[in-house]
Amino acid sequence: MFLRDTITLSLQAVISHRLRSFLTALGIAVGIAAVVLLTSLGEGIHRYVLAEFTQFGTNLIGITPGRTSTTGFSGGVISNVRPLSLADALALEKLPRVLAAVPVVQGNAEVKSETRSRRTYVFGVGSDTPLVWQFRVAQGRFLPGDDPRTARAFVVLGSKVKTELFGSVNPLGRRLRIGNEQYRIMGVMASKGQLLGFDLDDAVYIPAGRALALFNRESLMEIDLLYAEGSRSEEIARRARQLLIARHGAEDFTIITQDQMLDVLGSVLNILTLAVGALGGISLLVGGVGILTIMTISVNERTAEIGLLRAVGADRRQVLGLFICEAVVLAGIGGIAGLVIGAGGAWLLGQVVPALPTHTSWSYVVFAELLAVFIGLLAGVLPARHAARLDPIEALRAE
Amino acid sequence: MIRLENIERTFQVGDEQVYALRQINLTVRVGEYLSIMGPSGSGKSTLLNILGLLDRPDKGVYHLDGRDATHLDDRPQAELRRHKIGFIFQFFHLIPRLTATENVELPLTLAGVAPAERKQRVMAALAELGLADRARHRPDQLSGGQRQRVAIARATIMRPALILADEPTGNLDRASGQEVIQTIEALNAQGMTIVMVTHDPELGGRTRRQVRMNDGRIAHDSGADDEK
Repeated sequence: MFLRDTITLSLQAVISHRLRSFLTALGIAVGIAAVVLLTSLGEGIHRYVLAEFTQFGTNLIGITPGRTSTTGFSGGVISNVRPLSLADALALEKLPRVLAAVPVVQGNAEVKSETRSRRTYVFGVGSDTPLVWQFRVAQGRFLPGDDPRTARAFVVLGSKVKTELFGSVNPLGRRLRIGNEQYRIMGVMASKGQLLGFDLDDAVYIPAGRALALFNRESLMEIDLLYAEGSRSEEIARRARQLLIARHGAEDFTIITQDQMLDVLGSVLNILTLAVGALGGISLLVGGVGILTIMTISVNERTAEIGLLRAVGADRRQVLGLFICEAVVLAGIGGIAGLVIGAGGAWLLGQVVPALPTHTSWSYVVFAELLAVFIGLLAGVLPARHAARLDPIEALRAE
Repeated sequence: MIRLENIERTFQVGDEQVYALRQINLTVRVGEYLSIMGPSGSGKSTLLNILGLLDRPDKGVYHLDGRDATHLDDRPQAELRRHKIGFIFQFFHLIPRLTATENVELPLTLAGVAPAERKQRVMAALAELGLADRARHRPDQLSGGQRQRVAIARATIMRPALILADEPTGNLDRASGQEVIQTIEALNAQGMTIVMVTHDPELGGRTRRQVRMNDGRIAHDSGADDEK
């Protein structure tokens, strides 16, 4: 018997009970739609979060002082961590394929204009910050490329600080008091938004060397490297590691590439998507029970037909195949309808609520459809086996 | 064609063993036209089911076409039913959602005959039985006689050697019954062996050989055609 004929016969049986088949397929359709919609949301959130995290650019390597590792020595012996210095940042910047290195010191300080004052974040950074963090200057210029150890007292304002302290007045060239020092305002940054609770707009940016003095720190908190597009992050990280080991005498720092961070983040978000997909899978299971029910009823109703099939030469396997195929056809139709509803719903949601990120991942879609067919298969096996095991004489007698 | 030796078939009813068939010995030659008659419960339907490989005897041997068909597995059994045996039922047993063509086509489909050949054979068979203009009708759009003729077309589409008919006119009015019987007799004239179970003495009287059953035994056998 040809597979095509099996499918045709199954389709005819499905079509002959339009309403019933429609409702049964609807159960699967709702399940698949739920899976597709939920994974679309999960995938959308995935992309949204990754975009948030890559808004500082992707070719980044972060170096922080200290190292988290366990050794056999007592703490006293190994606590000879050297600070990350401005000189380290300058040396790193000279590595091949490194475009820029930004030293970062961060703290909290009182910032005063002539009339107002505000407690805000103070970032001590280098002159390449706009390039490395992909951060645009709205007004004026960013900090000049002075030697960071002897940088002049200039400041650039985050957009929120500018509004709070100066309102609509142009602040360029005015003075600002940070701690006990006077700074001259060089520029205002464009709005960048929040990241993990850090409001980059509610901050001011001063040269790193001055920030070290302001906060009375020895070590930078971080050095961010920007490397050229097309370079391998591991390679740059290896070179930076070699350089710093040579300078410090030991590996007393931690290097994290953006790639590694995104990998970790990505795997966490994948689990999230999988989890919401599994929630949708529950409704798919319910749809499967619906198919099981209808197929059981169908086999009972069509006992005489099964007897006839046996009489005209169908063996048990063929009867089994016909009824399983029918369940799979039902599930498959439901699955396709569910895909249309789910993907359409996700698209519509994206159109109506643009803030809600949705993205339909086709691998999930294919998986959902296969799952629907598989559920049909499972749901069909039991009733089909019952059909195949019917005694043909008994079956023929039923009318 | 058919040789039954000492066939017995019992059914369990409650804790009682009921004999449906006892000590059945019957030989049917190729091309015979045979009726089995007898009161209800005499075992004639059980005998027909055993002949049709839908049921198995508890004892005895069944030779079909020179081959021992008593203890076949499901698949070779289905294979034999498909190629050697055609069934005609009292209640037609057409599948209601399929058209006349599709109903007749069913055995060919199950046998895996290619679609193009199927269509050709089905059209020829329907035309032969005067049903060409009913090809696209569903069973509920056909008269009783037409339905039974569709069922006959289905039973004969595989060109089986043996036709088993169970009260083929039992559900038809006189005129259509007559038509159906003539159709069956025409098949016999083409060389098919016909075994027909019936209540109707008039119908039984038309066959060349008559077997009368009673209480699971063959009470009377008019003898094979050529022994007369």
